[in-house]
Amino acid sequence: MNSILEVNGLDIKIPDRTLFKNLKFKIPPNALTCITGENGVGKSTLIKHLLQDLDHNYTVHTRFAINRDQVQYVPQLRNIDDEYPLCICDFVSLGFKHRILPWNSKAMNIKLAGILQDTKLTAIQNRALGRASGGEKQRAYLAQALCSDPELLILDEATASLDRTAKHFLLKLLKQIMQKRDLTVLFITHDPELIDAYADYELHLANQSATMTKKGAE
Amino acid sequence: MFDYAFMRYAFTAGIFIALICSVMGVFVIARQTSFFTHTLSEIGFSGASFGVFAGISPLAGMLLFTCCSALFIGLSGEKVSRRESSISVFSGLFLGLGVLFLSLSNKQANYATSILFGSIVGIDATDLRDLVSLSIFLLILIFFTFRKLAFSSFDAQGAEYNQRFNKLISILFLLMLALTVSITAQIIGALLIFVLLTIPASASKYFVHSLWKMIGLTFIFALTGVWLGLYLSYLTNWPVSFFITVIESLIYGGAILKQRVAEWHN
Repeated sequence: MNSILEVNGLDIKIPDRTLFKNLKFKIPPNALTCITGENGVGKSTLIKHLLQDLDHNYTVHTRFAINRDQVQYVPQLRNIDDEYPLCICDFVSLGFKHRILPWNSKAMNIKLAGILQDTKLTAIQNRALGRASGGEKQRAYLAQALCSDPELLILDEATASLDRTAKHFLLKLLKQIMQKRDLTVLFITHDPELIDAYADYELHLANQSATMTKKGAE
Repeated sequence: MFDYAFMRYAFTAGIFIALICSVMGVFVIARQTSFFTHTLSEIGFSGASFGVFAGISPLAGMLLFTCCSALFIGLSGEKVSRRESSISVFSGLFLGLGVLFLSLSNKQANYATSILFGSIVGIDATDLRDLVSLSIFLLILIFFTFRKLAFSSFDAQGAEYNQRFNKLISILFLLMLALTVSITAQIIGALLIFVLLTIPASASKYFVHSLWKMIGLTFIFALTGVWLGLYLSYLTNWPVSFFITVIESLIYGGAILKQRVAEWHN
């Protein structure tokens, strides 16, 4: 199995305890891998550690088939309150990274329109993000991440605050987008229902190590 | 009214002040650094009186103090500047230091009031030239950092993981802010620059939601305040700063009212 990311013999310690010992796993490309585990097992810490290693591109225990610019991390919490002024369209545009001039080029605007369409945000693109629902916000975060053409997308508890309909809607959308763009997704979640319905693999973290299971979802 | 050279200078200065305040102000509001902006003007006052005390120019003292504190805040993380307690410490300490330096240098208090409250009608051709060069310099800097600045200002958490050089951008922005406050405070007073950097931008976000429109509307709000303030002050002989603060506050009040009405309708 070729992989987009390979971890071998990684130890992660935080000041008062060891989170992982001799951690070993591979993340297959173009699949949705759910990362699960109890609260406090170190899911987010692991991801942040991997992102840090990526900054240096290669370390003894982690091997990446991609570079840092091809990874987008969608954090769990963002400071977007009710009065957040920027419209969805402009918020998504913040994700374009490889341009210096302040305005969007024509090609960027076409791409932006495509991304808004894929994430079903076209109709509300001029609405302030602060006024959007939880599901719409998550789609906007996803859309922003797509602007830089990532190979690997890491979603941290993207569905934690969503109701059942919005959760399924987001995941269905994600699967479509993955197929269209050959995207690999790491999805940190607690939700067994979503894992059963959408995951290709589950990476379960417990007892300082990881177990990878293939899931039959299609 | 335009027969007077100082009025012509004041109206021209208004355009450039509105320009700086619109681009900087929108980011100040997005980064929630309004209070640090306020503190910076007090630090600037303190720096100017240090300049007088130490025998260097007040502007040099101001730049020294404001840029040092901008660097300090930038390096220790912008969060510090939003913490209520650290704002109080900074404001208090630097106002105190300002008073100390003023008294040590035996200068009269009117020097202090001119820095704190300034006067846009008191500016001459040299001031105007300084202001124009500062504006152009800032606009060029912003032009090249605009995208990174916008990302880290409007989506700090997203930028933290997906954009490099955030700390550098943050320090650069605070330095630009220090520069803006120091140079404009000499000309129009610390009070006015604080008002114009924060209120128009806070009001405009209730009316429009695209970044460019916000900058545009902020410019209109700031320019309206300055020009109308100058005109009213010309008619009544009351201080310009007073009129400008009142006009800007009214605009802000109007924005809040509009928001309430809109919520009520929904």
